[in-house]
Amino acid sequence: MNGQIVGGLLAPHPPHIVYGENHWRNEPKSECGWEVLRWGYERARKHFLAKKPDVILVHSPHWQTVIGHHFLGVPEFHGLSVDPIFPNLFRYKYDIKVDVELAELIAEEGRNDGLVTKLMRNPNFRVDYGTIVSCHMINPEWDIPIVGISSNNSPYYFSNEMGQTQMIRLGQATRRAIEKSGRRAILLASNTLSHRHFTTESDIPEDMSREHVYEHSGYLWDMKVIDLMRTGRTKELIAVLPEFMDHAVSEVKAGSLAWMLSALNFPDYPGELYGYWTVIGTGNAVVGWDPQLKAAATTQGAAASV
Amino acid sequence: MIQRAYIVPGQPHIYLAPERNAGWASLRQAYQAVGREIANSGAELLLVYSTQWFSVIGHLMQVDPNPKWTLVDQNWYEFGEIPYSFRIDPAFGELYAGICKANGMQASTVNYHGFPIDTGSVVALKLLNPDNAIPASIVSCNIYAERDESRALGFAARAAIEQYGKKTIVVCVTNLSNRYEVGDIDPSRDRVSSAKDDEWNRKILEMLGEGRLEDVAQVAREFGREANADMGFKAIWWLGALMGEHNRYDGKVWDYEPVWGTGSAIVELTPSAKELDFEKEFDEAAPAIAVTGGTGLQTHNVLGEAPKRDEQDTEDATPVIRTERAPKPVGPYPHARRVGDLLFLSGIGPRTPGTNEIPVGIEAQTRRCIENIRAILEDAGSSLDNILDVTVYLTDMKRDFERFNAVYAEYLGHVQPTRTTVGVDSLPTPIDVELKVIASQ
Ligand SMILES: [Fe+2]
Repeated sequence: MNGQIVGGLLAPHPPHIVYGENHWRNEPKSECGWEVLRWGYERARKHFLAKKPDVILVHSPHWQTVIGHHFLGVPEFHGLSVDPIFPNLFRYKYDIKVDVELAELIAEEGRNDGLVTKLMRNPNFRVDYGTIVSCHMINPEWDIPIVGISSNNSPYYFSNEMGQTQMIRLGQATRRAIEKSGRRAILLASNTLSHRHFTTESDIPEDMSREHVYEHSGYLWDMKVIDLMRTGRTKELIAVLPEFMDHAVSEVKAGSLAWMLSALNFPDYPGELYGYWTVIGTGNAVVGWDPQLKAAATTQGAAASV
Repeated sequence: MIQRAYIVPGQPHIYLAPERNAGWASLRQAYQAVGREIANSGAELLLVYSTQWFSVIGHLMQVDPNPKWTLVDQNWYEFGEIPYSFRIDPAFGELYAGICKANGMQASTVNYHGFPIDTGSVVALKLLNPDNAIPASIVSCNIYAERDESRALGFAARAAIEQYGKKTIVVCVTNLSNRYEVGDIDPSRDRVSSAKDDEWNRKILEMLGEGRLEDVAQVAREFGREANADMGFKAIWWLGALMGEHNRYDGKVWDYEPVWGTGSAIVELTPSAKELDFEKEFDEAAPAIAVTGGTGLQTHNVLGEAPKRDEQDTEDATPVIRTERAPKPVGPYPHARRVGDLLFLSGIGPRTPGTNEIPVGIEAQTRRCIENIRAILEDAGSSLDNILDVTVYLTDMKRDFERFNAVYAEYLGHVQPTRTTVGVDSLPTPIDVELKVIASQ
């Protein structure tokens, strides 16, 4: 009982940043790359790991499910993650501990609220690279268990709004489950912002002279949503996300950001921008919300009012 | 060298859970029957294209000679897992990627331990080639690729198969309508998720059953839009380009069943010599050459639906001319393109239309070259009299120039185009002469 969310981060997952870092878990080696994002992640890591979380929850666009919301449901996963899109950059050995108990609790809360939820119980399952990159950037030691959550494609068959409404409910279920569990939890929304990207790759993938935002309108959208984050206007942000999905083909369509903001009860306090840079033309921001910074006087309503 | 093609679905339900639904079992049986047919065909290579292998930076070709893993599908893991160990032909993948690159397309080979082979390719290879009797090659599906790029990828595949010289069977892993039931269903009551999708599927299958591959390619856009066809049904553009972009096939629909709300069919297409009463008119002209640096960017759809598309590839495409009256191009290029009032022809050689035979001797070859050019120009609404400029390539200037010149004068002496004659080391096929022409309308 009395669990709490001690932090929530927009934590995008381009494998390039792990490649740029030359971490021993990742086989391909680079000279450099995407430092501004990596250093931003370092600062975020320092701030949020100091809160001694018991668990890190991550919602990933690269575990795509058709029938509802799925959770990793095995205590440990070991394996090799080869990025199907950038296998030249990301071949990562992972050893992951999972907080299955919390995963079950969230699944149950979601089910009670009418969502379809499932636990994935096969130990041979290959954990997706979105989950791995976001978790790696916040906790490369992997000494804190995670809860891995899939992104559910199906409601978007109907509309962006319908998809987002479901993510908000999942966020609320997540919050209730964390409170019941007694855990101190950090949430990671594994989403890139504007998502138009180059369709060619330079011979040196880490050649930073080639890196820039794909198009002006994507940049304008990124700055607009980042500004809403920085100024604590997350309800406004939620309202524009469906439009953002269409205009900048944003990866927030996967629902991770909406899920996290909902679990945080739509912060009305500023998110800290730790870094923004492009990766193959897409806009990536690391933004963290620390509920301790929430001004005592301001509270926002529940998800129902959104 | 292309023996025939199959269109197959890639859902693990068919392989792992046939006992749960009569339709899935029926698809599995059809799959296995096709597998036996392939085993007896004498094929030396299976070329697989799967809509479930997404790529975003151009296309990827699998060249790990023996990829091994245990596949646990991200959606359908409850049906079980699929351990696999495949036999891949790396030389073909290298050749295919090389031809793509030579044509300005972005392509890379993939040879990494643990690379996640997509469920569609795994299901197809497990059921069609259970003992790895025939080496396979697998190519990805670019989520942005529009019609032009999918066709260019198909032309490159054809060129690679011709150059490789092995008897090849082409396997296209794609669903028809691709709207999944979004909740848990009783598998025994599986059905296509709407009557509209079902009607579209049947219409497409009727055409395929009649062997009308190019007609299906022409309506793929509508099918994609109306029935949420798998990746916009772009697989059919690849297949069409690879098979020859016409309707002269013997088609056979082996099976059509719902799989979790989607429409899944197994179709066979064999090139045939049949004469058609009439050949359709193509409604869309588009450049056949590769699109440099990928597509005009569409959407990155993180949710794996078909990318949205606009009509840009039809709007600003310069009209391309192809004719059945001239020999087929030996690579992914058209016979000619029109820019304003000018016609730019590709280098035209002396192969005989239809049979591809090369006449003997420089006189006969020169004559055939110019006749081929005449056919292309006439089909483009022009004529030999409108030729403005000619570049002549001869592989043996000393031996052939004079005799070439005599035939040339006979046809074009009175037209007086500007002309350049060049001696070259060799031409792509064993011919002695090739002409490159610019003409007016
Ligand atoms: Fe992503």
